[in-house]
Amino acid sequence: MKHLMSGNEAIARGAYEAGVTVGAGYPGTPSTEILERLAKYGPEVYCEWSPNEKVAFEVAAGASLAGARSIVTMKHVGLNVAADPLMTLSYITVEGGFVACVADDPGMHSSQNEQDTRNYARFAKVPLFEPSDSQEASDFLKLAMEISEKYRTPAILRSTTRVSHSRSLVGWGERAVPPKVGLVKNPSRFVPIPVWGRPMRQRLEERLALLKKEAEASPANRLEWGDRKLGIITASIAYQYVREVWPEASILKLGFSYPFPDGLIREFASGVERILVVEELDSILEEHVRSLGIPVAGREFVPGIGELSTDRLQASRARFEGREPVMDEPMPYARDLPPRPPVLCPGCPHRGVFYALGKHDVVVTGDIGCYSLGAFKPLDRMDSILCMGAGVSMAHGLEKAGEPRRVVGVVGDSTFFHSGITGLVDIAYNRGQSTIIVLDNRTTAMTGHQDHPGTGKTLSGEKTRALSIEEIGRACGIERVLTVDPYDIEETSLAIAGEIEARAPSLIVSRAPCPLRERRRVGGLRQINQEECKGCKLCLKLACPAIELQDDFPEINPLFCAGCGVCQQVCPAGAISEEARK
Amino acid sequence: MSESIRSVVLVGVGGQGILLASEVLARAAMISGYEVKTNEVHGMAQRGGSVVAQVRYGPRVYSPLVARKTAQVLGALEQIEALRFADYLAPDGLAVVNAQAIVPVTVSMGAARYPQDVESRLKAAFPRMAYLRAAEVARSLGSIQAANIVLLGAVSRGLDLPSDAWQEAIRASVKEKFRDLNLKAFETGRCLV
Ligand code: SF4
Ligand code: SF4
Repeated sequence: MKHLMSGNEAIARGAYEAGVTVGAGYPGTPSTEILERLAKYGPEVYCEWSPNEKVAFEVAAGASLAGARSIVTMKHVGLNVAADPLMTLSYITVEGGFVACVADDPGMHSSQNEQDTRNYARFAKVPLFEPSDSQEASDFLKLAMEISEKYRTPAILRSTTRVSHSRSLVGWGERAVPPKVGLVKNPSRFVPIPVWGRPMRQRLEERLALLKKEAEASPANRLEWGDRKLGIITASIAYQYVREVWPEASILKLGFSYPFPDGLIREFASGVERILVVEELDSILEEHVRSLGIPVAGREFVPGIGELSTDRLQASRARFEGREPVMDEPMPYARDLPPRPPVLCPGCPHRGVFYALGKHDVVVTGDIGCYSLGAFKPLDRMDSILCMGAGVSMAHGLEKAGEPRRVVGVVGDSTFFHSGITGLVDIAYNRGQSTIIVLDNRTTAMTGHQDHPGTGKTLSGEKTRALSIEEIGRACGIERVLTVDPYDIEETSLAIAGEIEARAPSLIVSRAPCPLRERRRVGGLRQINQEECKGCKLCLKLACPAIELQDDFPEINPLFCAGCGVCQQVCPAGAISEEARK
Repeated sequence: MSESIRSVVLVGVGGQGILLASEVLARAAMISGYEVKTNEVHGMAQRGGSVVAQVRYGPRVYSPLVARKTAQVLGALEQIEALRFADYLAPDGLAVVNAQAIVPVTVSMGAARYPQDVESRLKAAFPRMAYLRAAEVARSLGSIQAANIVLLGAVSRGLDLPSDAWQEAIRASVKEKFRDLNLKAFETGRCLV
C-alpha cells in the first residue's frame, strides 16, 4: 500500500529507511516538517531543534564523524548560516552518510529572498539531488545517503516549496541497519590545517570527477524519449509542469544534478533537434549546457524570477513557438477585491508592543518571525528586516552611524537564541546604547510553533532546562534588563520610554505566550458599546482581525476575539468592555 | 493533458479549516484507487491571509498545481475568496460558495472596501453555483468548526468519488471525538446541492 505524504514527510521517511540515527535542524518554512516527522519515528532516531542552522549542521557533522548516518534540515537562507561548516566538511569528509536537506522558496511565499541552493552544491563541490515529488523525495534521500557514504562527501538534497508541501503517494521500505558508531582517530583526515588541508583540496577535485561518473550512470537521471524535434532538460518540480505542458517532447530529467552528467547531456543533445532548458530560479543548467558548446534556449522563454507553474509554462511554450501567449483580461467580477494579507492573530501579544512603539519617535530594526507583520499598516512599526538576528546588530550600526533618533531593535525569542545573542554582546562590548526588545511568545510561532532553548521542552517533548533570556542578557553585559506584559500597553510604553531615555544599552523582554499555540483565549470576550462608541476608529489602528468595520462603526466579532483587552486600553471613549458572562 | 484528471481548488481564510478539507478529499480519492497530488500553502499565509489548497486525482497526475480554467470544482469558505480564485474554475465547473463574509483588515482600516454586490458578482462569475450557509448549518449540527466539512459535502457532488470512500476518508482524517459530527456535516452538505 502507498501512503499520501508531503515531500517533507517523505524526506523523513527516506531518512528513517536509510538508517539515519541523528537529525538536527532549525525550523524554517518550507523545511520544518522534515524533522518534526523524523522525530516521530521514536528513540531509534535522535532528533533536535538546534539554536541555529550552523549548530545543527555541526551536530549532524559530528554524528557523521562518529560513523552515524545523519541529516540536517533548514530553509534556503538557513544554509547561509551553515555555509561555514558546509564549505569545509567537503574537505575533511564524512564517515557515516550526511545529507543536508535544504528547502528553497521560489515565489517567496514565506521568505525574504529567492536564493537558489543549487549554487551551494557547486560552491562546496558536493553532490546535489533534486526530487520532483514525494516518492523521489524519499528515494533520493536514500540515494544521497548512499553516495555520501560511498564517497565520504556531504550531499545536498534540495527541495522547493512545491515539492515540500505537495502531497503524493509514497511506497514504504524497510529500515536499513545503522552502521556501528565509534570515531576512528585520523587527524590527517579530519584536521584541515594547511599541511593536511592542501592534500584534501586535491582529493576534493578527484572525488568530484568520480561523482560525475556516478551521476552519469545514476537512475536518478533519466532520458524520456518522445518526439525528437524538441528536447527539454529539466529538474525538480519543473519536470512535473513540463510533462503537462509539453506531453510530446523528449525529456532529460535530472535528479542527481550536480556534478553535471555531461555525457548524458551530450547524448540527449545529439538525439534531438532543439533543446530547451526549463529550470526554476537561476540559470545554472542552461549556462552549463551552453558551456559544453551545445546551443540551448531557456531564460528568454522561461521566467527566472518567481516560481514556475503549468500556467506560466503555457505562456513560455507559446513564446517559444512564436505565438502570442493568451493573456486573460481580469474579469469584472474580480475587480477591486480587497486584498487579504496575513495579519497578527487576534490576541497576539506582539500587537501591544508595536502599538506602544508607535507612541515613540524611534527607528525600529526588525527581524524574522510573526512579528515581521508589524511592518504592515496600520501598525507600521518596523523600519527594516534583513535576516535572522539583524534586528539586534543593525540597531547598533544605525546608532553608531549617528542616527539622530533613538534606535530600538526587536527580535523574537527563538531568533534571540538563533543569532540575537552575539549582537547583544557586540552592543555591550562596543559601548552601544540601543534598546533591544525580545518579543518572547514562548515558541517559534511563524513556522508552526516549535520549541526552542527557552521553552523548557525538546523536539521529542522531553522536559529540559529553560534558558532565561534575562539571565543571558545580563551575562552578555547588559545591566538594564526588564520584563514587561505586552497586554499592558501603558506598562510597555513606559518601559520603552524609560529605556530609550537612558543612555545605556537595555533589554526589554516582552513576555506572553502565543495564544494560537495555547489554543485558548487570553481573557474574556470584549464588546463595543455602540451607544458610547464615537466612531473615532482608533481601535482599528491595532489591525486586530476581530475588529470589523460595519457601516462606519467598529464591531468585535465574537468568533475571532481572543480577549486580550488591548483594544479596551486604546479606546478613548471607554466604549469597549468585557462581555458579561452568560 | 489527460481528460480524466480531476482538479479541485479549495479556498478560504487562514484558520477556516481548508487544509483539513483538502486532506479528506485527497484521502477519498486515494481510497478510490486514484493517483493523488495536493498542494497547500504553509507559513506566512496562514496568519489570517487567503489560503488555497489544490487537489488533483486521476490515473496519472504530474503537476500538483491546478492550471487556470481547469478545475471541475471550486469550493470557497468565504465569498470574496471565491471571486479572487474564480479563474481556476473550468467554464462548466461547479462553484460551491459559503455565504459568509470575513472582513479583511484592509477593509476595517479603511484602505479597501468589501464589495456590496457580492451575490450578483458571484452569479456573474459562476453559471453553476451552489450558494450555501455552511457556517449556520455546521452550527446547527453542533459546531461551527465543521463548516469546512459541510462545504466539502457539497463539493463532493461535483466529483465522482463513491460515498463510502468519503466516509472512510473522514474517519481517517478527524479525531474520534469529532467523527460523528463531521460525518453528519458531510452528509448534510451533500444534500444541499
Ligand atoms: S501565531 Fe502567535 S505569535 Fe504569531 S501572529 Fe499569531 S498569536 Fe502572534
Ligand atoms: S477584539 Fe480586542 S480583545 Fe479581542 S482580540 Fe482583538 S484587541 Fe484583543
